[in-house]
Amino acid sequence: MGKGLRQAYYIARKDLKAYYLKPPLISWGLMLPIVFILAFYLRNPQGISEISPGLVGMTMLFSTTSMAAIVISFEKRIDALDRLLMAPIQIRTVLFGKGLGAAVFGFVMALIALVFMVFLFGLSFSHPFSLLVSLILSCFAFGFLGILISVGVKEIFEAMTLSNFFRLPMVFLCGVFYPILSMPLVLQVVGFCLPLTYSVDALRQSLLSEGGVIHRWLDILILAGFCLVLFEVSLAVFRKRTQESN
Amino acid sequence: MEKKGIIQAQDLCKRFGEVQAVDHLSFSVGEGEIFGFLGPNGAGKTTTIRVLVGLLKPDFGSALVNGYDVLKEPVKAKESVGVVPESSNLYGELSAIENLIYMAQLYDVPKKDWEARGEDLLREFNLFDRRNGKFQGFSRGMKRRLTIAAALVHRPRILFLDEPTTGLDVMSARGLRGVVKNLKKKGVTIFLTTHLIQEAEDLCDRVAIIVKGKIRVIDTPEALKESVKETEVLEVRPKPISQALAGKMEALPGVDKAILVEDKLRLFGKSLHGSVLQILNQLRTEGADILSIQTLTPTLEDAFVKLTGVDAEVMRVDKPIKMGGPG
Repeated sequence: MGKGLRQAYYIARKDLKAYYLKPPLISWGLMLPIVFILAFYLRNPQGISEISPGLVGMTMLFSTTSMAAIVISFEKRIDALDRLLMAPIQIRTVLFGKGLGAAVFGFVMALIALVFMVFLFGLSFSHPFSLLVSLILSCFAFGFLGILISVGVKEIFEAMTLSNFFRLPMVFLCGVFYPILSMPLVLQVVGFCLPLTYSVDALRQSLLSEGGVIHRWLDILILAGFCLVLFEVSLAVFRKRTQESN
Repeated sequence: MEKKGIIQAQDLCKRFGEVQAVDHLSFSVGEGEIFGFLGPNGAGKTTTIRVLVGLLKPDFGSALVNGYDVLKEPVKAKESVGVVPESSNLYGELSAIENLIYMAQLYDVPKKDWEARGEDLLREFNLFDRRNGKFQGFSRGMKRRLTIAAALVHRPRILFLDEPTTGLDVMSARGLRGVVKNLKKKGVTIFLTTHLIQEAEDLCDRVAIIVKGKIRVIDTPEALKESVKETEVLEVRPKPISQALAGKMEALPGVDKAILVEDKLRLFGKSLHGSVLQILNQLRTEGADILSIQTLTPTLEDAFVKLTGVDAEVMRVDKPIKMGGPG
């Protein structure tokens, strides 16, 4: 493993060890998706598989962005983020490590949600490989989105509030509960600008073997693009923010 | 004292909005030296450290640390540097040994050495008994010691210490000063900032006095004291007292500087004794009653006050400190 990757791995491992039990993470990253899944199952046990891709996507979105908000804002609050920036590590490695920790947390939550659905609701995987790739890329895209949201604020509650400003509309605009093509055109345009749309579309095809809005590998390609763009934008914002204050 | 510039700053400038935090700073720190930045809160000490360790980009100027330009080769420059920030900002959820191992990982210390180096440092800093204790449960002094230990795990040639004893009780502060002196014996170059005049005098081979982002003077503590040895200090308690009155006193022949210290007027001059009558007359002319008058023996504090015009009381005010781990 190269030095940069090794350092990113250590950063992610420390973050997972230090923060996975933080109350905001448990409430927003764990409880909320569980409540949603149970609520939909109890309302319509037969229809749960139909919205399972959306529920998995939403689980990843909430758990990954919550973890990202915590690993950035907690450490900013006590200047511990400076500690990483004073070490001989590239800034992009630091941010990648932070995103990696958030993505791993979201991936584990998605796997738990999937296992839950497989054993309790009888869900099966139609395309396991594209499922795996779309899960990984979705987690990274949401992780970097969470970092982008959090680098501008100092307190965890600010990060969570700002995250919800993006997350909650995404749940309704990205095909989690309703097919995106059945929404008004303006909302469709907004939905197609958001990464969760492609995540849910790829998951729907990989889990249910249904036809998607676009081909699942195109969804995956677009998710990869979101990862790159969100990473570079969060890096630029992060660099700017660190120069603004003493 | 200066042997070779292991830290070299040239014309460094840094502005935050309307505030010129660092204003054309130039200095050089020799290898093995303890170099102190002495100044009141907000003088630009921490900003200077943040520029030198690559956290902030200067608006102008350059800095070399261990021969590497901090702008062009920041990662190389950081490899030889340990930094102890003003806040003890290790990770509260991790134990003492876990924190040190994490630092070793970040600084790319060989894996086989992680635990041994961590344990050696815990012994050296009298924290071995608490190796598995969480950082968030440590006392302020223990947190400070572990934060310094964490900066040494990769065996840096240069250690930056930002206000190392701020917020510590007398015994802990004394202990930490001992640690700093031991590090110097081991050949570590130390750049420290402090607002405590006595601390600068005790520890530093050379001191740079910085006020409002500008260096007023760089010299050894002895030379700084020498600079005011010939200076006479007269302390008068007039009523009423005002800055304008101090200004008028400063204009008198024989008075080099006049500053307000609480309700007193402190006057500095090389031959003040010859001007006492003139000073008293001027005070009466200005309508002031003289409640008391006395001569003082010059100290390093007086040297600081004379050189900077900053009230020594201002230097005794600690900044609010952030301690402990996240959450």
